[in-house]
Amino acid sequence: MNCRLESGGRIDRTQRLRFAFNGRRYRGFAGDTLASALIANGVHLTSRSFKYHRPRGILTAGAEEPSALVQLGEGARTEPNLRATQVELHDGLVAAGVNAWPSASCDLAAWTGRLAPLFPAGFYYKTFLWPASFWKAVYEPAIRRMAGLGRAPEEPDPDIYDRMNVHCDVLVVGGGPAGLGAALAAGETGARVLLVDEQPALGGALQGLRHRVDGMDGAEWAQAAAARLAAMPEVQVLTRTTLFGYYDHNTLAALERRTDHLGPDAPAHLTRQRLWTVKARRVVLATGAHERPLVFADNDRPGVMLASAAQRYVNHFAALPGRLPVLFTNNDDAYEVAHDIVAAGGKVLAVVDCRPEPAAPLAATLKEAGVALYTGAVIAATHGTRRVQAVTVAALGEDGGLGGGRWRIGCDSVLVSGGWNPAVHLFCQSAGRLTFEEARGIFLPGEATQALEVAGAAAGSFGLAACLADGAAAGARAAHAAGFGDGRAPPAPPSDAPEPGAIAPFWLAPGLKPVGHGKAKHMVDHQDDVTAADIRLAAREGFRSVEHVKRYTTVGMGTDQGKTANVNGLAILADALGKSVPEVGFTTYRPPYTPVTFGALAGRDRGALMDPVRRTAMHEWHEAAGAVFEPVGQWHRPWWYPRRGEDKHAAVARECRAVRAAVGVLDASTLGKIDIRGPDAATLLDRLYTNAFSTLKVGRVRYGLMCGDDGMVFDDGTTARLAEDHYLMTTTTGNAAHVLEWLEEWVQTEWPELRVWCTSVTEQWATLALAGPKARDVLAAVAPGLALDADSFPFMSVREGTVAGVGARVFRISFTGELSFEINVPWHHGRHVWEALMEAGAAHGITPYGTEAMHVLRAERGFIIVGQETDGTTTPQDLGMDWIVSKKKADFLGKRAWIREDNKRADRKQLVGILTDDPKVVLAEGAQLVDRPGRPPVPMIGHVTSSYMSPAVGRSIALALVKGGRARLGEAVHANQAKKFVRCTIAEPVFYDPEGGKRDG
Amino acid sequence: MLWIDCPWCGARPETEYRYGGEAHIARPDPAATDDAGWADYLFMRTNPKGVHAERWMHREGCRRWFNVLRSTVNNEVLAVYPMGAPRPDVPGGEAEGG
Repeated sequence: MNCRLESGGRIDRTQRLRFAFNGRRYRGFAGDTLASALIANGVHLTSRSFKYHRPRGILTAGAEEPSALVQLGEGARTEPNLRATQVELHDGLVAAGVNAWPSASCDLAAWTGRLAPLFPAGFYYKTFLWPASFWKAVYEPAIRRMAGLGRAPEEPDPDIYDRMNVHCDVLVVGGGPAGLGAALAAGETGARVLLVDEQPALGGALQGLRHRVDGMDGAEWAQAAAARLAAMPEVQVLTRTTLFGYYDHNTLAALERRTDHLGPDAPAHLTRQRLWTVKARRVVLATGAHERPLVFADNDRPGVMLASAAQRYVNHFAALPGRLPVLFTNNDDAYEVAHDIVAAGGKVLAVVDCRPEPAAPLAATLKEAGVALYTGAVIAATHGTRRVQAVTVAALGEDGGLGGGRWRIGCDSVLVSGGWNPAVHLFCQSAGRLTFEEARGIFLPGEATQALEVAGAAAGSFGLAACLADGAAAGARAAHAAGFGDGRAPPAPPSDAPEPGAIAPFWLAPGLKPVGHGKAKHMVDHQDDVTAADIRLAAREGFRSVEHVKRYTTVGMGTDQGKTANVNGLAILADALGKSVPEVGFTTYRPPYTPVTFGALAGRDRGALMDPVRRTAMHEWHEAAGAVFEPVGQWHRPWWYPRRGEDKHAAVARECRAVRAAVGVLDASTLGKIDIRGPDAATLLDRLYTNAFSTLKVGRVRYGLMCGDDGMVFDDGTTARLAEDHYLMTTTTGNAAHVLEWLEEWVQTEWPELRVWCTSVTEQWATLALAGPKARDVLAAVAPGLALDADSFPFMSVREGTVAGVGARVFRISFTGELSFEINVPWHHGRHVWEALMEAGAAHGITPYGTEAMHVLRAERGFIIVGQETDGTTTPQDLGMDWIVSKKKADFLGKRAWIREDNKRADRKQLVGILTDDPKVVLAEGAQLVDRPGRPPVPMIGHVTSSYMSPAVGRSIALALVKGGRARLGEAVHANQAKKFVRCTIAEPVFYDPEGGKRDG
Repeated sequence: MLWIDCPWCGARPETEYRYGGEAHIARPDPAATDDAGWADYLFMRTNPKGVHAERWMHREGCRRWFNVLRSTVNNEVLAVYPMGAPRPDVPGGEAEGG
């Protein structure tokens, strides 16, 4: 059925476009939306509903659309749940309605509609409770298959997205009459203005109306206003841009669609969408209003449409929503819709007005044009399956039920108007308070929390003249508040539009049977299939809070956030509870106003750009050597260096053996390094570490534990004293930034009197850990000027000298238990010195080793790793490290906490070694330990923190935290491993060289 | 997104800062504080509806700590003042609850 008018509208009839919908081919024009093109082709059935798979059509002409949801495009670019009313048509467009299988016109799942009595409000909570094991295995997968809306693409997104930031004096949201007036008024003052509108062209509601502004067609006036704005140097206009989020301090977010309307013709160099973050001094919300549907029996059949949407389709798109429409209203303004349809050459069968004596100015004109008028009447039923074919009109009785009189009218569409809801979504997001106006039954913006104005229909000014004046005044006010102009509104352009007419709020039309009885559904939320009967049921079941009713019935919880449903739902709930609407309250709107693609939110932060990667100076050498890398924070560290044919286990074992038997070298550049200087440096370290650093002699190094004031270990490392007032602290790789902030926090906030300065030098010094009995020989070859014997260069000391021709600091510290030198050289010399060590060590079989071997080697010696052997509830005493806790210092961070009773408990988890009875079994890290195997519940007594196969010990080793473990050495425990229990023995947590004799080589 | 006036760098978005919790909690003398007092210092914080004194650090900028008075009702920043300075008086500065 061709429903395109011969002439009129603002589509471009010179550009014919082909498209496919639900597998059929159609034609439209440039300027169409998918919805308008479908309507022009006589198509109303678009998709199936979420729960009952009822046939659904196009209800609206804009962002509030709840039911005409489509899956757009194919392959990697397919996008689910788009509103057909907002999809701009392009040549070759392919779309399908969501939630229909195999098709919207023949949906095999429509049987759920016949089973509707089994699916009342809250049916998820009631039906699928038992048995619990069925939920995951049966119910949830089945529901997901049935109820899913669109399909997510399965391939990576091929498009590019971008992020923009902008500051402005005045942000105007909405380019309708009020928004244009505000932008012009603010722009004239010289303020920096940003105007954002979701449509392809400015004009807003003017596009749907036939009224004249300033002597010209309203849409033409909007174009003239756009041209004036474009000429203002400080004004920027973003069309096809939805402002979707209003956050704190006038920070707002908008999604600009740059190429979606071009389809496959989109130039490849253009980003598809942009996410704009706007920081505005003042905001003018000119977001308009959404027409409210009337709730009546089977009001969700395809062909039922909002009156204002029909008006827009006729006036803007030259598409008739039907050849034989019936209009159903509670207000005067909807008569204009019938008038416009007749004026455009269409026909209107009847106007049904629920008010007993409407005094609509246009009523007489319509009667003359042959439109039947039913007053004090409602539509009590609609008929038809895939599209409305007839309605039953019935007179309203005195008691609000049906009176006498039934008229069946054959028709092909029903246009409904229940009044207007100001679009207060962004105002709600800004934390503004709403007020309720009984007379028109609307929620209005009340007290604002942020620096904003609300103008036009969004503020309840529904007349065109009022919108134009309101907008100009708000724009001038906003500019003035931002420091521009005198705040006086420029004169608003005149218009020929009448004042808004009368309205009588009307929430629920009675049907032929009582609501909830029979097959008819009074649909409140088209997207979530929530009916008036569902809301009444929730009230009967004892739900009182609107927030609970929302979650129980799911009203307003769809992707449309109930833009067409919420106020009707509230009013029906209020009636059921015998309360007023404001007493029931209002659920709030949250961002985003309409859905936002993940691509736009991610922007360029994807793939390799997701997070910066930090590489050491020797990274390319490691890559060339075939290293497998381990991410440690943002660092990529060599994990192990497999040789041909080696797996991880073989490579790590070889690296470990090389260090124990000869010499190995580790890239330790990622260890955090903090340079600490100042006369009070020693005092600061004494307060931060559990042991003393003021007593450390220049040239010496000490290991330290750092605790919070709660007494729990949070970092460890070695610190060297380079001069009286100069220390170099090392931290764990992952904690480097945190430790620096820890130092700065105490110095700046608690002890500002300390004269001490802390600087990160992690990336200034490359660190090479040379370890093994041959380490001294290798270093001697490249550092002939350094005395390396154990007397000249004792353990835990630091020397400065020349290594491979480069100025270096060399620390004699050991994380492996072997003789070890940690060589620090300026970062950019790291690779040179590394290669020099490799060359000098070749004769000794020098072996580069990675972090995995490092972990094995340190575990063999029982050295902890913070974050592995500790978890934020571990004290130094738990770790058996009392030896590092000062008894002399009066105070330091952590000390006070240890005298708490809880920290003295004998059954605290303590660090111990664990040896499996079978030396070949390597426990899983994290494995739970129990005293005796048995049926659950079994008390857990601890867990494995580190576990490896140790080449040096020749068996598996593990570290664990075990309740009262220090007193249980030699006792048996059982570890849970792959659903079995492994018998183990508690041991000392040092497995190799317990006397420490190896460290001098 | 909050916008906070760093005393050294000017107005910057929240993402540049690190939040440091309630301000004006001095570390007590450990020797003169019992367990309950120590727990108070470590863990107990006010949770006012109204003006909240709190610490912020300009992590992506000058890395200096400072204090802020913020309304927890509308997130308005009412004052920015240095570490160690007393809490300034602001209109409506008395918080409800706690």
